[in-house]
Amino acid sequence: MIEARNISKKYGDNLVLDNVSVSFEQGKTNLVIGQSGSGKTVLLKSIVGLIEIDEGEIWFDGRLYNTLSFIEKKEIRKEIGMLFQGAALFDSLTVEENVMFPLNMFTTMGVKEKLERVNFCLERVNIIYANRLYPSELSGGMKKRVAIARAIALNPKYLFCDEPNSGLDPQTSIVIDALIKKITEEFKITTIVNTHDMNSVLEIGDKVVFIHEGRKMWEGNKNQIMHTNCEELNDFVFATNLAKQLRKK
Amino acid sequence: MIMKFLHDAGQYFILLSKVFARPEKFSIYYRETIREVEKLGINSFGIVVIISFFVGAVITIQTNYNIENPLLPRYLVGVTVRDSLLLEFSSTMVALILAGKVGSSIASEIGTMRVSEQIDALEIMGVNSASYLILPKIIAAVFFFPILSLLSMFIGIFGGYLICLLTEILPPSDYIYGIQYVFYPHYISYAITKVVFYAFIIVTISAYQGYFAQGGSLEVGRSSTKAVVYSSILVLMCNLILTKLILS
Repeated sequence: MIEARNISKKYGDNLVLDNVSVSFEQGKTNLVIGQSGSGKTVLLKSIVGLIEIDEGEIWFDGRLYNTLSFIEKKEIRKEIGMLFQGAALFDSLTVEENVMFPLNMFTTMGVKEKLERVNFCLERVNIIYANRLYPSELSGGMKKRVAIARAIALNPKYLFCDEPNSGLDPQTSIVIDALIKKITEEFKITTIVNTHDMNSVLEIGDKVVFIHEGRKMWEGNKNQIMHTNCEELNDFVFATNLAKQLRKK
Repeated sequence: MIMKFLHDAGQYFILLSKVFARPEKFSIYYRETIREVEKLGINSFGIVVIISFFVGAVITIQTNYNIENPLLPRYLVGVTVRDSLLLEFSSTMVALILAGKVGSSIASEIGTMRVSEQIDALEIMGVNSASYLILPKIIAAVFFFPILSLLSMFIGIFGGYLICLLTEILPPSDYIYGIQYVFYPHYISYAITKVVFYAFIIVTISAYQGYFAQGGSLEVGRSSTKAVVYSSILVLMCNLILTKLILS
């Protein structure tokens, strides 16, 4: 379980996160939703330690994370896999080398063993015959899947996904969502997904947290989200005219 | 402005402290260093050879033109060409050329990695991104730039010799005599010492500009320009200080 307790973050006079407390459960796909600029990426990056918070605490399975030194944080970071908005694959490395990178860095596995693990991870995300390709030769959806393969290479306990569906067509988005959910359940990972895609919320949202203007406004699950009294959440969920009309009916 | 300078200087030294932290895995750093030797060093062979050859030839023609005096011995052309190349061109001028080629490449490479979140991806994996990305470049440059400088000396002198041979502005034997006349090997060690400092400055300043790039492609372009400008200025300042310290 990952817990954020009363965390706040300011940029100059702009309060981006305002006393946010939230917990994310193991084996579940936890979604953080909100409009662009609501603070959800800052929340995600604060939790993983890419952004230093001004106040509050972050706990990974009972281990206080945010006060640890860089060296101490490294041990927990080895348990984290992250899928970035733009996939963040290393341009100069092939697909195989990208997935192998964490194995090269942190394991003492032999070449054969590492190759087996790489192929297992790539097969897991349905990427085959692409080992020798470079990221520039892949489509957006393939890049995301390779990034997931790299994220799970070291058997992470925690998986973070920042806007996994951005720039993807609806069908590919569904594939990526299903993959994230399947991997989460299969490996009992604590997964946190940042999204503003309502399809993802309704497909995979075991737990949903709504962030608005840096504050947590609502939390529940995908079944409760359609029947809430939270005005800001309703404005977000039923943003289109079609959705508003359907809700009235 | 002073506050900005102090902030940047502080951030630069903090970055250096991260760069010189203990590497996660020596074998990977070794492999990266070899890659950087190829990228920063071997790929710069061409530009160094071409520029050194022409500059050596031009210095020979200009020096010959300027000291056309029956009272001055002809071999002085060779002496002047040799000393110009050894003392200044093959160290400082070659460093300025490399600041343009290598510096902009380092800043844009690391800057692109920053804005496309590749550096964040390294950090999340628990990799010391500063050390992994910058240390192999420093080692490669510090070891290989002196080789480029030595190459520049030989090619420059050869360029001068060839122009004597082809244009007959000066008997090649006089040129060769001048090249060997009162030669101080200390000039070479002086040049190499300077190049080692320049290599460190070019790589670290360019890497700093790229590592802290923010925004998109426009900012990466700006950081690349800043890398070339700042490292060139610092190379020239360093040249002044080292020349005063070593030759005075």
